[in-house]
Amino acid sequence: MSDTPPLLEVKDLVVEFPTRRGTLRALDHVAFTIAPGEILGVVGESGAGKSLTGAAIIGLLEPPGRIAGGEIRLRGERIDGLPADRLRRIRGKRIGAIFQDPLTSLNPLFTVGQQLVETIRAHLPLSEAEARERAIGLLAQTGIPAPEARFGQYPHQFSGGMRQRVVIALALAAEPELIVADEPTTALDVSIQAQVIALLKRLARERGTAVMLVTHDMGVIAETCDRVAVLYAGRVAEIGPVAEVIHRPAHPYTRGLMGSIPAVDEDRDELLQIDGAMPRLNALPAGCAFHPRCPAAHARCTHERPELMPAGATRAACWMVQAEVPR
Amino acid sequence: MKAALARWRDSDVWHSFRRSPTAIVAAVIAALCLFCSLFAPWVAPHNPFDLATLNLEASRLPPAWMDGGHPSHLLGTDDQGRDILSALFYGARISLLVGLASVLLSLVVGVALGLLAGFVGGAVDAFIMRVCDVMLSFPSILVALLIDGVGRAIFPDAHDTLAFGVLIFAIALTGWVQYARTVRGSTLVERQREYVQAARVIGVAPLRIMARHVLPNVMGPVLVLATIQVAAAILTEATLSFLGVGVPPTSPSLGTLIRTGNDTLFSGDWWITIFPGLMLVLIALSVNLLGDWLRDALNPKLQ
Amino acid sequence: MVAFIVRRLVQAVIVMLTVAFLAFMLFQYVGDPVAQMLGQDATQEQREALQRDLGLDQPFPVQFARFVGNAVQGEFGLSLRQGRQVSTLIAERFPATLELSLAAAVIALVVGVPLGVYAALRRGRFGAQAVMTLSLLGVSLPTFLIGILLILVFSVQLQWLPSFGRGETVALFGSTSWTTGLLTLDGWAHLVLPAVTLSVFQLALILRLVRAEMLEVLRTDYIKFARARGLSDRAIHFRHALKNTLVPVITITGLQLGSLIAFAIITETVFQWPGMGFLFIQAVQFADIPVMAAYLCLIALVFVVVNLVVDLLYFVVDPRLRVEKPGGP
Repeated sequence: MSDTPPLLEVKDLVVEFPTRRGTLRALDHVAFTIAPGEILGVVGESGAGKSLTGAAIIGLLEPPGRIAGGEIRLRGERIDGLPADRLRRIRGKRIGAIFQDPLTSLNPLFTVGQQLVETIRAHLPLSEAEARERAIGLLAQTGIPAPEARFGQYPHQFSGGMRQRVVIALALAAEPELIVADEPTTALDVSIQAQVIALLKRLARERGTAVMLVTHDMGVIAETCDRVAVLYAGRVAEIGPVAEVIHRPAHPYTRGLMGSIPAVDEDRDELLQIDGAMPRLNALPAGCAFHPRCPAAHARCTHERPELMPAGATRAACWMVQAEVPR
Repeated sequence: MKAALARWRDSDVWHSFRRSPTAIVAAVIAALCLFCSLFAPWVAPHNPFDLATLNLEASRLPPAWMDGGHPSHLLGTDDQGRDILSALFYGARISLLVGLASVLLSLVVGVALGLLAGFVGGAVDAFIMRVCDVMLSFPSILVALLIDGVGRAIFPDAHDTLAFGVLIFAIALTGWVQYARTVRGSTLVERQREYVQAARVIGVAPLRIMARHVLPNVMGPVLVLATIQVAAAILTEATLSFLGVGVPPTSPSLGTLIRTGNDTLFSGDWWITIFPGLMLVLIALSVNLLGDWLRDALNPKLQ
Repeated sequence: MVAFIVRRLVQAVIVMLTVAFLAFMLFQYVGDPVAQMLGQDATQEQREALQRDLGLDQPFPVQFARFVGNAVQGEFGLSLRQGRQVSTLIAERFPATLELSLAAAVIALVVGVPLGVYAALRRGRFGAQAVMTLSLLGVSLPTFLIGILLILVFSVQLQWLPSFGRGETVALFGSTSWTTGLLTLDGWAHLVLPAVTLSVFQLALILRLVRAEMLEVLRTDYIKFARARGLSDRAIHFRHALKNTLVPVITITGLQLGSLIAFAIITETVFQWPGMGFLFIQAVQFADIPVMAAYLCLIALVFVVVNLVVDLLYFVVDPRLRVEKPGGP
């Protein structure tokens, strides 16, 4: 890794949900970093905790969920546990967010232009006219044709892909250093997905904005990200450069994931599956969360939880890694 | 049966009930009122409607804790010597009976029509929904008054029982629409399910199957509706009786009592009106609280 | 948009005709108008003469057409109880009810909406809980009881405000029937208690509605996104959430105006306010069919007009209804 300090540093993050039947731990000592301008993918099954990580970072965890431990640092400053008004100033200005469904992300009663201008003026000292200029510029940069006309239109007058472009424009409006994108293409047509992802990648590169891209789609990860973190049951199973994690996965879960993706040029009779299912939060196994489904599990895995350990070019939370030599 | 009880005890609803002081208090109060009114002849210290026991000398007594009050008439007496406390119980009995009967009627009619509309669909459905729309835009008081008025015109020398019937019918007519809509919605959803198609193919009466599957789904909202409507029905009946077009004067409800008390309000005998009023509010409030709590408890979005 | 208006107008006409039909049925089949007018010992000839006069020997559709024709001109015949023209009676009483209803509506909105917003934003705190409990009380108290209680406190005990009638009124526009109590202090004093009484139920409903809507809106994705963009709480609550909340509230409130006029029946009875509602109650007690039928038609008209206005208002307020096609990939 380079010597530049990380833009975002998440250490030992614990997110809990107190419920009637006890406290559920949704994120259990999650840790990763994002360098300035880097695109980090966060991948995992539904319920693994990907969206929660994003929500915790921007301080929008829905109660009764709360951060119960760990640190989140933006350029060295702690941002978890900040008072509400300071957190608000970070949101939008230093960390932007994109959510899954562009239809519901925009207020149907306000024009796109109004929503852009208010966001811009909330963070930058611009006049109404200057903000309008900037907003139209943003719309143009996100590839929306006839931006002046579109400025005065309402969200329902845009198609799905266009709306997501507007959402991206809104997220970039105040020039944040990091964008948390939570499944930005899942709700879109397959044909549009590629365009939107390409747009996001291009804009991020142009502005040097880092992106935390949360998704369950490995194809998108492969195309877009520099590094990727694999989440399982609220813990990081493996993290490393994209090419390494995809082609030389160290963690048995990651291996299962990659193995289950069919390749066009392969000749297989059946798809590989990982037996069983990810455990529910109220029934987490002791030790390594994956051990009941792991083909290589042994005694230590059942009672001692592995930390992230170096495994070739990646880091994986698996005891097997210690014994192995580079493959 | 035991399994069902065990499931109930373990359910979220029971748990949330035990946790909610308002719900418990409301339930206790409602149960008390229900008990006192249903068993009025045994619980009340006097029988205010037995003319033989009335003593005009004891008329217009203030409550026991005020000057001139008498301990045997805890809440005072009215201008005919009737004990207010006892009148409360007897009056509440009438109010509750009318309220519960009308809600039951509107529930049965509404659920049946909703099932019919949802299941048969087409013109029948459209017609029923139109009727619902029109009825919804008319406030309940107006509908009840109209039915009552028309009833009076058609049967000018009505028997008391008939008057009750008309009243219950009038109040029921204002409430059935909500049930019909809710049940229809659920029915439409269930009708699309495969098991209904399958049953049709096999030849089983789909109506029976739907009743077995739709009704359990719909019981929750219907129960909430019924609870809230009981309070509304009681208040509607009280209003109608206060206006003189409700229960016959020989079986006074709380509304009638308030009406008679209203005449003496200006002479300062406030207890004749206030205590029936308080009782009415107590019943309505506790039932409304229960309904409110029940709606929150059964709302999956708030879990 | 024009098509929409036309459609609604057609629906309105259908509703009015249905109501007119019901009113007509009342006239025809409830009670015997001839017997009521002539008494029991009229001869057969007198009966037949009156029947011809009243047009009762005509075929059914003709009678209905005549009825509708008369109704449209406001002609409903004579009140059975008072012997006067129904139309005159109603015209005299209408302004009183209108003023009362409008005053109550204003109170309910001006107090109910802010309190509802407050209860939503400060959810869980003591103030909000108190407001919600009070609103539940408001829905559990029957209107007539509220009136009685207010009279007891403010008229009997404190003797601050009058308890019946409308007070001094002034005739407007030189007409004898349109009077208003709003131009005299005495008129206002008389208006206070009845208006407050009438407003309580609506206030409680609006309060609970606004709160529920606002809570729903605050849970939406677009509010979440607005927060994620770093907008201030004030902007989120009072620019975005409030606007989204008020849109459905407008329609419901508009519909409530109709029920206000109906609930006015009770309030007018308690306070002896000389409005249409009081007239209606007396008609019901007396089985005065012409008055009942006229009231029914008038109320239906008010409802239909209010519904139409509310629908149009929706157009103005919600851009999604001004149908335009989405464009672009």
